[in-house]
Amino acid sequence: MAEQTRWQRWKERLTRSEAFWGYLFLTPTLIGLLLFSAGALLATFVLGFCDWAVLTPPVWVGLKNYQTALVDPLFRKALWNTIYYTLGSVPLNLVFAVAFALLLNRKIRGIMVYRTTFFMPVISSVVAVSLLWSWIYDPQFGLINYILKTLFHINGPRWLSDISWAMPAVILMSVWRNLGYSIVIFLAGLQGIPIEYYESAKIDGAKWYQLVTRITLPLLSPTTFFIIITSIIGSFQVFEQTYVLTRGGPANATMTIVYLLFSNAFEWFKMGYACAIGNVGFVIVLFVTWLQLKYQNRWVHYQ
Amino acid sequence: MARNRGESIANVLAHVILILGSIAMAAPFVWMISGSLKSLGELFLYPPRWIPKYWAWKNYIRIWSIAPFARYFFNSFEITILGTVGQILSCSLAAFAFARLRFKGREVIFVILLATLMLPFQLTIIPVFYIMFKLGWIDTHLPLIIPAFCGGAYGTFLIRQFFMTIPQELDDAAKIDGCSPFRIFSFIYFPLSKPVLATLAVFNFMWRWNDLYGPLLFLHSPAKMTVTVGISAIQGQYWSDIPLLMAGSLISLVPTIALFLVMQRYFIQGVVLSGIKG
Repeated sequence: MAEQTRWQRWKERLTRSEAFWGYLFLTPTLIGLLLFSAGALLATFVLGFCDWAVLTPPVWVGLKNYQTALVDPLFRKALWNTIYYTLGSVPLNLVFAVAFALLLNRKIRGIMVYRTTFFMPVISSVVAVSLLWSWIYDPQFGLINYILKTLFHINGPRWLSDISWAMPAVILMSVWRNLGYSIVIFLAGLQGIPIEYYESAKIDGAKWYQLVTRITLPLLSPTTFFIIITSIIGSFQVFEQTYVLTRGGPANATMTIVYLLFSNAFEWFKMGYACAIGNVGFVIVLFVTWLQLKYQNRWVHYQ
Repeated sequence: MARNRGESIANVLAHVILILGSIAMAAPFVWMISGSLKSLGELFLYPPRWIPKYWAWKNYIRIWSIAPFARYFFNSFEITILGTVGQILSCSLAAFAFARLRFKGREVIFVILLATLMLPFQLTIIPVFYIMFKLGWIDTHLPLIIPAFCGGAYGTFLIRQFFMTIPQELDDAAKIDGCSPFRIFSFIYFPLSKPVLATLAVFNFMWRWNDLYGPLLFLHSPAKMTVTVGISAIQGQYWSDIPLLMAGSLISLVPTIALFLVMQRYFIQGVVLSGIKG
């Protein structure tokens, strides 16, 4: 038997250690974490304290970006618009999703067809959907105003060109689009509720609305909680709809935080300020999530 | 008897509401198809017609010559498919490491990875853009493909959970035969995970195909654009040619809808799994 060289012995010892394989398998992920996620997060945090125009190196300016943001009317508008969007879309999404999920859970025929129909908007690209809805919202020839006129005899507003109606229009379209996703999750949650609870309650003579309010909704609360948290996190990142539908207008009525970040970073090249905006938005979302986690015991029941 | 009648009335009521809801969901799509088949003259009729008198198929033909639409499609397919492959490879490797290998720092790295799930993309996009800029990758497809090969929290978590359900006796038997972890991974774990990988692939495909933000940032010349940015760019020039835009949008929806109809089970599974993990 030939003698092993030092190199061969070292290689054999290495490949026998689990740690070697562990780190080897993790190499792509570690690169990703360092460059594209965790590392990038740190960079954004630090860059929020700088002025940076990409081609020149960043300049440390301390809290200036944050001070500017506090008094910047565009920032406050974007913040308010994002909150408005969240307050509009999250409850609407929740209520309709729970309602439809409850209906679908009754083991009626055709559930696959319904599920497919409700899910169609979810898998469609935001661009295609937004283009469609910008036509639907057309003041003269669009579907919405046509329905309003013929069924309800109201003259609909100018929607996407109207400062007060632009954001509600965006909210409505977003709720329409995301409903299917929430319904599927609520359906899964509903199916996790043991049937025995309903049966023993029915034996005790409970009516259907008592079943819903005393059994279904409380036992559904973990799912509801999850949907609320993810909806809020998601709604704070709204951008694509506002970009395609209105480009943030009219008069910045649909300018959201992420859009403002986009404009500052990639249209006006004020990257440091953009990072600061992103940081503020993230902190707000983090705070809201923390609040919810803190008070979940008041209303979330885990089995 | 009375209870049965009450229940069937309730069922009918449920169907009615569901049908109304389905109409609300589907009507815009029908409107889209109808609009795409109209000529401009018919479009601005009031009251609007649902079924056009003359079916303007030419809209579907024009769209391919107006802009490099075929190029957009090709680019979208390339980026989406390569990105999905990258995710499957890198996430399954990482998942195996977390599920079956022991090494220092395993739990810490896993927690950090999971934490990135909470991360809104706008917090990382600026430094990433800068990296891509420095590498000279702006206006190429690389910024949209390469990061996919660098792991991902959702995919890794999904696959890891599945790997944990595979009986470890299989590992032990393979180790006795002298298999390295890589062989165990590629010949046992990877082939067994087809359902999870299918779910991940389907989800990834849909997400990447529909992505606007990434392509908007990194792709500037029309020859490089994907369908999403491409249509958005056409919108600027052809904003008044609504049938054309509708036709283009409809065509762009075909791949994801086709994929959905074929792989519906995996889509729903992916949605549910992302909900349960929360």
